[in-house]
Amino acid sequence: MSEPVIRHYGPKAYADHPPFSYPDYRSTVKRSPTHDLIRIVQTLSETTGPGPAWTEISEEDTDLTTNTGTGSPAIGERIIVTGRVLDENGHGLPGTVVEIWQPNASGRYAHWRETEFPAPLDPNFVGVGQCLTDDHGGYRFTTIKPGPYPWGNHPNAWRPAHIHFSIMGPSLGTRLVTQMYFPGDPLIPLDPIFNSAPPHARSRMIATYDHEVTEANWALGYRWDVVLRGELATPMDERDD
Amino acid sequence: MSELLGQTPSQTVGPYYTLRLFKEGENVLVPPGHPGRIAIQGRVLDGDRNPIEDALLEIWQANSAGRYRHPDDHRELALDNGFTGFGRAITDFETGEYIFETVKPGRVPDAEGAFQAPHISLIVQGRGMLNPVFTRIYFSDEDEANRDDLILRGLPAARRGTLIAELVETAVYRFDVLFQGEDETVFFDF
Ligand SMILES: [Fe+3]
Repeated sequence: MSEPVIRHYGPKAYADHPPFSYPDYRSTVKRSPTHDLIRIVQTLSETTGPGPAWTEISEEDTDLTTNTGTGSPAIGERIIVTGRVLDENGHGLPGTVVEIWQPNASGRYAHWRETEFPAPLDPNFVGVGQCLTDDHGGYRFTTIKPGPYPWGNHPNAWRPAHIHFSIMGPSLGTRLVTQMYFPGDPLIPLDPIFNSAPPHARSRMIATYDHEVTEANWALGYRWDVVLRGELATPMDERDD
Repeated sequence: MSELLGQTPSQTVGPYYTLRLFKEGENVLVPPGHPGRIAIQGRVLDGDRNPIEDALLEIWQANSAGRYRHPDDHRELALDNGFTGFGRAITDFETGEYIFETVKPGRVPDAEGAFQAPHISLIVQGRGMLNPVFTRIYFSDEDEANRDDLILRGLPAARRGTLIAELVETAVYRFDVLFQGEDETVFFDF
């Protein structure tokens, strides 16, 4: 077995993603490329990626309500967020690192950057978690429902409640950082970051309330699947595994 | 042919990603004294050539023997213990500088059966970036390999230099990432 496997991944679906420059989100204007991207043939450098090696050294850290180690639970509305990481062909992606970060119930991040938002910090909540997807690509976190928070993009700008998700996937090109939003949030239609995604794809970032996930006397449940680029579809009998 | 599921849209890492996506030491891939250790440092600059003070850089590279630590790469080449080929760095909030400490990767196959010049894949994200950008770091002291490299050869001659890290002192390379303008770094789609 000395020949490397070269997979063929389908293209990034640019029509499903935000543009690089989206002036309603002001900071994008000077932080976006102006030349066209240069298309290259995928080599081993692109079809491999850090995901599998990163998985080997990563540990589960899935309960954000208790993972500060203070011995006291975080304050706020306890929720369960679960779902699957899939590729475009609908296959669950096992053993993929899912990293999340979020503000606390008051909308405050436990971060050193200065903010003018006088919301309280919660000593029992740092707002970071990590898990490895199971054999079916499933992930599950217990956390606190994040609060909305103001930002400086435009007058009276507020971010809708969201959880940041970072996923490696199996190759370099499957790398995805996105945000999960909550159903029914009135701030969603006002948010330039949410709206930077094309209209047909926006709902893919909103979780669904799922009463099956909700646990009695414990926590409300939300379900949210994430879809990454996939290998170009090949008939099953041509797959070498 | 069955219909594909729609890809989940990319969103910015925002200003607070260091809570999860960077831990002290993740920019150091090999310990001090490791044979062949190099440093790659530079800045990420916006369209006004101001340093981007909150950028996240992620690298992915083969080891010095030219092997990726990945299940698809079963070539009979040595794997270094503990070397994943993955690193993360952030730009300094005051100076805008980042640094990686790693080894120069060996050569890996190209799409036509020859070998590519040594290179490191680089993903840059940050506040104000709705999508990651993908580029490559090549090395200024690999002239001959760079001349033969299929991907470098495919670029407009005037832009090739944007991908070449300059050897500025022994084992120290400088590589800036520039958004916009004549000298914008080449970003790839693949
Ligand atoms: Fe946020």
